[in-house]
Amino acid sequence: MTRERLLNAALVLALFAVPAWALWADEPFTITLATRAVIFALAAVGLNIALGLGGLVSLGHAVFFGIGGYAMGILASHAQNYTPIMEAPFLIEGTKSMPIIWLVAVLASGLAAWLIGLLSLRTSGVYFIMITLAFGQMAYFFATSWPTYGGEDGLSIYVRNGFPGLNTLVPIQFYGICLAWLLLVLALNRALMRSRFGLALNAARQVPDRVRAVGLDPPRLQLVALVLSGAITGLAGALFADLNRFVSPTMLSWQMSGEIMVFVIIGGVARLFGPVAGAGFYVLIEHWLGGVSEYWQIFLGLVLLLVVLFGKGGLVGMIAGARK
Amino acid sequence: MTAVLAATDLRKSFGALKATDGVSLTLREGEIHAIIGPNGAGKSTLIAQLCGSLAPDAGTVSFLGCNVTAQPVAARARMGLARTFQTSALAMEDTVLQNALLGALGASGKPWHFFAPVARDRGLKGRAEAALDAVGLADLRDVRTADLSHGQRRQLEVAVALTLEPKAFVMDEPMAGLGQEGSAQLTSFLADLKRTAPILLVEHDMDAVFALADRISVLVYGRIIATGTVDEIRRDAAVREAYLGDEA
Amino acid sequence: MSPILLAEQVLNGLQSGVMLFLMAAGLTLIFGVMGLINLAHGSLYMVGAFAAATVAGLTGSFVLALVTALAGAALAGALMEVVVIRRLYARDHLDQVLATFALILIFSEGTRWAFGSFPLYLDTPDWLSGTVQLPGGITYPAYRLALIGVGLVVGVGLWWLNARTRLGIRIRAGENDREMIAALGVDIGRLYTLVFALGAGLAGLAGALVGAIQSVQVGMGEPVLILAFVVIVIGGIGSIRGALIGALLVGLTGTLGSVLLPELFKLFTDASSAATLGSAFSSMAIYVLMAGVLIWRPTGLFGARS
Repeated sequence: MTRERLLNAALVLALFAVPAWALWADEPFTITLATRAVIFALAAVGLNIALGLGGLVSLGHAVFFGIGGYAMGILASHAQNYTPIMEAPFLIEGTKSMPIIWLVAVLASGLAAWLIGLLSLRTSGVYFIMITLAFGQMAYFFATSWPTYGGEDGLSIYVRNGFPGLNTLVPIQFYGICLAWLLLVLALNRALMRSRFGLALNAARQVPDRVRAVGLDPPRLQLVALVLSGAITGLAGALFADLNRFVSPTMLSWQMSGEIMVFVIIGGVARLFGPVAGAGFYVLIEHWLGGVSEYWQIFLGLVLLLVVLFGKGGLVGMIAGARK
Repeated sequence: MTAVLAATDLRKSFGALKATDGVSLTLREGEIHAIIGPNGAGKSTLIAQLCGSLAPDAGTVSFLGCNVTAQPVAARARMGLARTFQTSALAMEDTVLQNALLGALGASGKPWHFFAPVARDRGLKGRAEAALDAVGLADLRDVRTADLSHGQRRQLEVAVALTLEPKAFVMDEPMAGLGQEGSAQLTSFLADLKRTAPILLVEHDMDAVFALADRISVLVYGRIIATGTVDEIRRDAAVREAYLGDEA
Repeated sequence: MSPILLAEQVLNGLQSGVMLFLMAAGLTLIFGVMGLINLAHGSLYMVGAFAAATVAGLTGSFVLALVTALAGAALAGALMEVVVIRRLYARDHLDQVLATFALILIFSEGTRWAFGSFPLYLDTPDWLSGTVQLPGGITYPAYRLALIGVGLVVGVGLWWLNARTRLGIRIRAGENDREMIAALGVDIGRLYTLVFALGAGLAGLAGALVGAIQSVQVGMGEPVLILAFVVIVIGGIGSIRGALIGALLVGLTGTLGSVLLPELFKLFTDASSAATLGSAFSSMAIYVLMAGVLIWRPTGLFGARS
């Protein structure tokens, strides 16, 4: 356990040291890469609550990531075009304010998770995997064929949204916002794992019959886990759209769902810092191998295959040993 | 005396097989009521209907005077019906204490705390530790459940049921695989426990059943062929017929 | 809408449903026998299409192209099973999902590396390029009609294989009790490879057949794969009959939805927004169908309980 703590500390250190170095060396692109890694990590922390703690193999988390992205895209595009989102029965205007966008992203993706969960949690096992995947496709095709917000082409936002007191256009300041979110959510996740809810959810994954026999209802616990999970991934989606100043149906695609899952698994499922290690690793090899070969995803596939077949516990598991 | 738990004319078929064929039985305050019967008699199916994991085709289950036939497992558990499983249903990755805490958490009915650590929750911990103490697992509280011996897991099963501070226990073969010494220990423990709450005991270990039971019901092919005290059951012709065949 | 147009759309729905059935039958068979969820099934569809396009380009023979697609995908499937898949049977679904996701990355990028990103084209053969006059004044492309025929032949073939052959008996036994048939001396490893190759071959055949009416390109397999998942969720996982019914339902819902929903919206709103709304909602129609089936029967129409 101490080795895992050491590794976690090293990861946190890297989250501060890498951008600090980039700032010193005047490498803004490195800061952008680091921001990308931090946002992916946040999305994966969200998935890890459902997947690692709740045992819900959701292959549709891109829905929440994309809803967060579109929450940003829709609100900001109305604000930049000075058109209200709706006028009747009451006026709703767009906004360029990050806090409001985050709130909307969290609420909308949490609501979507609740609806999807209500239906999907009637099933389990391989049905659950396929159904979450299918709901993901449903959202994806809806976004591609709905022309109001760009359809297949997506939505571009010209200027990054604002946060009071900060200049979000400066890469390191936007990185700071994303990092603050990641650390806050990690702290909440740590508390969650040790809380009553975490205890019950953890047991519902392992022995649902026992959980019922003590008077708790596993599907309700799992539904709440899915809502929390979806809301966090949605928040990450809003930040990701803001990083790129662009949102498109790609964020809703099933490949995106697969990638978020890959972050969790390469890093180490149900490990607090697994998603951070996984997302960091992914962005690194995406950058390095992407520079070497256009077909770098072949290598990503091979790495993933090896991790799944031979490396139980992901990166964190390999470095820090099996869970106590 | 009123029944704590009662089944009235329960019926359950799987295709042509009548697994439960008109079973009526009661569990009264302060008693151990044992259900015995040969393999395939329908004991597990009966327990599943009493606890709510299987819906009967016909008949009713009542608990504490309420008709709970339509209530799910969790609702019956919250009313105070605690069960132990034939094959241990424990969170193997977690510690002994965490399993007991889960029971205490279920009994509290308040799982919706997301921030406060369970480890500092005095109420839950007190309840969990008391249950572990009672079954003699206090020293092993921080051991991972997967590392427990078979007998220790059986004890933990009982401890988790205890944390619920239930109004009745339903125990599915708690002695299975315990060995002589373990059975003897658990037998004396259950003899005391029935003063806390009555126990419906499904058990293969006849020594334990004859030592413990106030009443015994014999289940054969989904029907109860006899109910009575230990002596009555020993003398019952139908029971001798069912168990010993034409030797009787 | 005229009845003739409607009849054509019904035929289109049947045609796409029948092709989905070729995919779904393999998936559901593999899940039923080996308990494996295979995301890379779409890659085998793609392999079949690329094999067919290549052979047709070299030889000009469509039949040879189809045979190559079937054999090539079956071979690729057998290879996949021996190298990777058989290590996954004892693993949980999460590991299966991830490992087969990794296979998709490898197959897709490998194909892109070998063939480039531009689509290939596979032409329908001359002897099937015309239209056929059907009773009731319906003219319908001969090739699409042939696809429906091929799908029905495969359906009957699978039924025959399952019900009438020794392999079918072993497959059904393998679904029920793995240990038992191993104890009876059946080489379970070979049986699994065979079943996997069979499913792969069907996927490859579907890829080649559909490749002739759409373009052959990297990534063509995944949308079909996900539709096939919807099919087997609706039909009930492990049931070939469920796969057939589910595939036809999904095919018809998808096709008719895209035609009828815009018509429906025209009753409420102007033509252009009706078209928009119609296309947006018709793309979701099959998922609504799936959700509906699941509310009604959580394990699908022909699925085993729990």
